[in-house]
Amino acid sequence: MADVTTYRESVAEGIAREMRRDDTVVCLGEDIGAAGGVFKTTAGLFEEFGPRRVWDTPISEQAIVGAAMGAAMTGMRPVAEIMFSDFLACCWDYLANEIPKVRYMTGGQVTVPLVIRTANGGGLGFGAQHSQSVENWVLTVPGLKIAAPSTPADVVGLLATAIRSDDPVVFFEHKGLFASKGAPAPDGHEVPFGQAALLREGADVTLVALASTVPLALAGADRLAEQGVRADVLDLRTLVPLDVSSVLRSLERTSRLVVVEENPYQGGWGGTVVSVVAEEGFELLDAPIRRVAGANVPLPFADALEEQVIPTVDKVVDAVRALVDY
Amino acid sequence: MTEATELLRLHETMSVIRRTEKAAHDLFMSGLVKGTTHLAAGQEAVAVGARAALRDGDYAFATYRGHHHAIAWGATPAECLAELMQRATGLNKAKGGSMHLTKAASGMLGSYAIVGSHLPMAVGAAWSARLRGTGQVAVAFFGDGATNIGVFHEALNLAAVWKLPVLFVCENNLYMEYTPIGSVTAVANPAADRASAYGLPAELVDGNDVVAVQDAVVRAAQVARAGDGPTVLEARTYRHYGHSRTDPASYRPDGELESWLERDPLTVSAHRLRSLGLTDDDIKAAEDRAASLVDDAVDTAKSAPDADLAEAFTDVWADGGAAWRT
Repeated sequence: MADVTTYRESVAEGIAREMRRDDTVVCLGEDIGAAGGVFKTTAGLFEEFGPRRVWDTPISEQAIVGAAMGAAMTGMRPVAEIMFSDFLACCWDYLANEIPKVRYMTGGQVTVPLVIRTANGGGLGFGAQHSQSVENWVLTVPGLKIAAPSTPADVVGLLATAIRSDDPVVFFEHKGLFASKGAPAPDGHEVPFGQAALLREGADVTLVALASTVPLALAGADRLAEQGVRADVLDLRTLVPLDVSSVLRSLERTSRLVVVEENPYQGGWGGTVVSVVAEEGFELLDAPIRRVAGANVPLPFADALEEQVIPTVDKVVDAVRALVDY
Repeated sequence: MTEATELLRLHETMSVIRRTEKAAHDLFMSGLVKGTTHLAAGQEAVAVGARAALRDGDYAFATYRGHHHAIAWGATPAECLAELMQRATGLNKAKGGSMHLTKAASGMLGSYAIVGSHLPMAVGAAWSARLRGTGQVAVAFFGDGATNIGVFHEALNLAAVWKLPVLFVCENNLYMEYTPIGSVTAVANPAADRASAYGLPAELVDGNDVVAVQDAVVRAAQVARAGDGPTVLEARTYRHYGHSRTDPASYRPDGELESWLERDPLTVSAHRLRSLGLTDDDIKAAEDRAASLVDDAVDTAKSAPDADLAEAFTDVWADGGAAWRT
């Protein structure tokens, strides 16, 4: 096994491991077959598993997710791809009304072991309809689990947990991370949901991050260390379940919190983290909480403009400095 | 031709549905059924005829007007009425209600209240049956109004290109909620006329004749099980009540209801039973058994305990509880 692999290759690797293990796992989506996916995140699956298990679909997001739901209700474990996360809006009925409610409203008669994978986020100059971070959309719906890995090994480990889960999971792969590299996942690697990773320990501030903001938080922590400020960096890895226990434990050491999220400030997941901390950990805090989040604007096209409205290392460092000096 | 004894059994099941709908109506008027109901009295032949044409384990997906499908697929009047009366013994533990009756154990995989949403689920269940090699078919029952929803077209196209064993059964009861379907639809037969756009065979069926429905579904299921793909059936029928409990249906032209009542499914089947040699006493005995069953069901549901408060927090996750955080 190579010493390093990419996040992109890890998506296909994670799916392939589960398809080898369990023949009820099948994939469907636009261009995922012989083409290997528009982001090449399903490269090799069609060649290994064939057209009986890797299904190209028409551009029909409702049919993709609705059919995946029906298959999941009847003995399969489908992994459906919605190419860009912006397009989740095209099948939002299934995410908001059908998939998360059917188990509950049937009194537990039906389970939906379904994974919806999608490429999330900005930073690549794709413009307003191909760049959003929309994990906050999904967070508003009870009944959906949410994973958003930041490293190649976590991609594989979280995919294993997602595909084996009897509950529906929306799996956010970040476009800006596809080319990033890291250690490959060991054989049999699983990352449980609801367990944040403490990537760096410090005593002065807690940085809570997810997916694309994890490398930003780590780079910010490096720069802060040069200034004598030591940061805890927590990668939440999943939003549902949400590991607020690790956040509170970290705050016992640091007493300062900065949440770094790419989705818009308005309604972002950081607001949920902050509200739990305010309710249950108020006495742990020595300074106000800060959120570094996307601005409440559609994503602009030009790189320089996009950088103005999504989190950056500079913004993370500035937010922490403001708290340290508080 | 259906045997007399078989047809008498179908007649009795339709009587059970008719009596249950009447009970639901009366219990609503006396304040014991809450929320709303969308009664299917008058449309019994579609559900009962289709079920009679299929095998145990074949899947059904229904709409918010789905009492008749649930009972045809094995739900008892007692558990249906208990659900409508918000009792702990309800079919869905009092978490679904009239619009979500579900009997998954016998293949009735739910009633969905977002118009048209379940069509791709049936496609997915059929895909799953194909993948698992079970020989099952899936039926999507839907109203005429669903044919103008986008996902109707996505579902038919996907089912057609994948040649799946799914039957699209439109119950055209002439009204899209309160509006005559013809006044808002570009074609005369809203489901059947559109089938050819997807290369699918279609058939217009007398939806008030249980035998005609049964025969048409037998033919369509044979095609599906042979691997030759979906069929669109459009059953012309009529609902006796308005759209829902708040609708007196005063928009219906004078005489329309009366003319349909002359061809009521129970009248049609009773006439055929007589032509097959059964006596009025035979038919009345079947109807009396149905009446007795439903009378007992009303008593059983009335005496059942109220919904268990703890159930508000179960069946969110397959792995237990309602917790979303650690």
